[in-house]
Amino acid sequence: MPPPRDPRNDGRVTQVSNFVNPLRDPQDRRLPRIAGPGALVLFGVTGDLARKKLMPAVYDLANRGLLPPGFGLIGFARRDWADQDFAKIVHDSVKERARTPFREEVWRQLLEGIRFVSGTFDNDESFILLKQTLDELDDSQGTGGNHAFYLSIPPNAFDQVISMLKKHDLAKRDNPRAWSRVVIEKPFGHNLASAQELERKVSSVFHSQSVFRIDHYLGKETVQNMLALRFANQLFEPIWNRNYIDHVQITMAEDIGIGGRAGYYDGVGAARDVIQNHLLQLLALTAMEEPTSFEAEQLRTEKKKVLAAARAPRDIASHTARGQYLGGWAGGRLVRGYLEEDGIDPASQTETYAAIRVDIDNRRWAGVPFYLRSAKRMPRRVTEIALNLRKAPHLPFSYADIEALGSNALVMRIQPDEGITLRFGAKVPATLMEIRDVTMDFAYGTSFAESSPEAYERLILDVLLGDPPLFPQHEEVELSWKILDPILQFWAELDTQPEGYPSGSWGPSCGKTMLARDGFVWRRP
Amino acid sequence: MIITVPDANATGIHMALVKARHNIGVASSMVFTMVVIADLRHYEKALLACKDAGREHPSRIILVTNGQAKADRVDAEIRLGEEVPGEIISLRFHGDLTEHRASVVLPLLLPDSPVVTWWPGSAPDKPGQDPLGKLALRRITDAMGSSHPLKAIERRARNYSPGDTDLTWTRLTPWRALLASAVDSYPSPISEVFVEAAPHNAASMLLSAWLQDRLNVPVTRQEGGKGVGITRVTLKTDNSDITVSREDGKMATFSAPGLPRRQVALRRREINALITEELRRLDVDDIFASAMRCLVQRCERRDAEKAKR
Repeated sequence: MPPPRDPRNDGRVTQVSNFVNPLRDPQDRRLPRIAGPGALVLFGVTGDLARKKLMPAVYDLANRGLLPPGFGLIGFARRDWADQDFAKIVHDSVKERARTPFREEVWRQLLEGIRFVSGTFDNDESFILLKQTLDELDDSQGTGGNHAFYLSIPPNAFDQVISMLKKHDLAKRDNPRAWSRVVIEKPFGHNLASAQELERKVSSVFHSQSVFRIDHYLGKETVQNMLALRFANQLFEPIWNRNYIDHVQITMAEDIGIGGRAGYYDGVGAARDVIQNHLLQLLALTAMEEPTSFEAEQLRTEKKKVLAAARAPRDIASHTARGQYLGGWAGGRLVRGYLEEDGIDPASQTETYAAIRVDIDNRRWAGVPFYLRSAKRMPRRVTEIALNLRKAPHLPFSYADIEALGSNALVMRIQPDEGITLRFGAKVPATLMEIRDVTMDFAYGTSFAESSPEAYERLILDVLLGDPPLFPQHEEVELSWKILDPILQFWAELDTQPEGYPSGSWGPSCGKTMLARDGFVWRRP
Repeated sequence: MIITVPDANATGIHMALVKARHNIGVASSMVFTMVVIADLRHYEKALLACKDAGREHPSRIILVTNGQAKADRVDAEIRLGEEVPGEIISLRFHGDLTEHRASVVLPLLLPDSPVVTWWPGSAPDKPGQDPLGKLALRRITDAMGSSHPLKAIERRARNYSPGDTDLTWTRLTPWRALLASAVDSYPSPISEVFVEAAPHNAASMLLSAWLQDRLNVPVTRQEGGKGVGITRVTLKTDNSDITVSREDGKMATFSAPGLPRRQVALRRREINALITEELRRLDVDDIFASAMRCLVQRCERRDAEKAKR
């Protein structure tokens, strides 16, 4: 930890570095942690993500009083805008999208620190201008030389921007007085080799603890909810192993197609887009052992262990499936098939449905298959983890009594409506003996007063606070590619069209056969 | 739906509730019971506050008021599925039953979950010994809701019992957060503090007590000025001052030596936000307890000085 920067002596390392703020106390749980002074530089401000998520998240943080008085927001894009044009864009996006109500005074506070830099990623002058703008903010807003760079840009531009940041001394890797941090979004490469290459580039400019890889599907809140469920309770741990769990299904279904993201999606596909990062992270959190503490480092150690024990199925042909959506009626609307979408090669073999089996070779999970599926144009949007329990070893009922009884299941719903569902059998009242599945439901939304903050709010706050991210570091990214690479290679070598499935259905028949081979069926989420 | 149960007892009210819930077909996921004790004069206002609170916290809200009928009885009104996720049971007590309200409320508390009592207006001197207060884990009062806020906060401090909390404290959280982060960004020992506030502002008394408790330096509280609420806090350091000033109740200005002056939104919060914060944690707030002890010491010193004069 570098000693705190002391503003009184022009940034030289302070003499009172062991000063403890008497106004803070670990017992004082009401006081939120407010980020220290800093500026956030957004690359790719014209993108959807910046307008829909990032800008509203910055405002929501300010509104909740979590941003410091010295805060700057800089937009960087190839537009001929002045500061106030950019401010107008931010204003509109905040008004439309922010989670919390719009307040003039909060906006005024933000507005003072909003700047725009017009430039391109390959132009030296643009980055010189960016540096000047940052220096000006340090003076006028007191952002203290602390800068976070949010790269909301296509992966092929990462390289350029990171090199430019290095060239113009914007990334102060070893400056003890001020920090530089970078946020990058998935995909983190497209296979193991490219992920390692990306890591080499990034780590030559930033320290590994200054790199924040965001999986925007998986908010920190969700991770913490899962940790609390698993490790704060006595109820679940005894059954959390192969003795009781039969198999696990992890699903992320989206009801939309690829929309306007053809350029990004084609050639990437569902497995790289979602399974590599999101679903394998969920798998790791579900299957890992108890960390010795909830510090990021300990958590990562456990995730790495379980990911290292996980592997692709031996018979890839039988235990994976891929599909591509066809045109049809989905949710009451006539939609186009994947190959008819704008900007998609009509011969594209990119999968929009991917299902794989993952086996974990350790004592806790040996013989328990984990099924991961991710798809677009499903009947509804849902992300969940379902742990299906074994059947009771003996049922002292006649077959007719238990015809309608399935197996017990514990389902962790990630979205929408985050919560937990427990399925078990109960006797139907007023029958002789008729047992049927019922569910017991818990939803965070109805049991707690507050709605969870958006994943981006937590992320931006963590970046400004310098909280070690719960998000994966490069080792986890690489381990995930190791699991997925053989499958992707197998599919590529097949060189065939993925099986078509009607939009608005739960996927192609090969997906169902894949589970049927092991004697299971997919849950209808 | 609104169900009225005139001249009821606890069992009757409970039966009516079960039946109503069955008809609507909802499972109960309520996480706590909130007992709200209001004057009849403030009934409508309290009901509105209950609806607001119920919208954010699915809970069983029991609104307790006293009526004027002579007979010893209680009239109940149950609101279920009326724009709120939880249930609101309003109980109006009459006659001698007004002295035994807990006998009706106790059987209506949700099983195995926390109970919170809230007095939106005037509150008993010793909430911890009040029959309804005793049922609760958390007792929320509001010194600013009484007619003499300064006296009220002093009384609360003198009669503090674990589990008590006052919305005055909740109102202070943004101020405290800003001051703490001010000291974070300018780490330096503080020698003296001045707190300025509008007249009759209980929060400024509590803020002064907290600052003195934490910093162990003289804290002077001054009344006056045109602003609303707390208007200025000055932390004296060896070099010069860290100040946070807020004139309009919305926007604060922050300044510290060597740093540019900056504006920061510091809005007074609605009652809803205050209750939400209160309900986030239901354990004893040690920092508040300590600040309240310090407030008593400050008052005693003031009384002693007065007596000398």
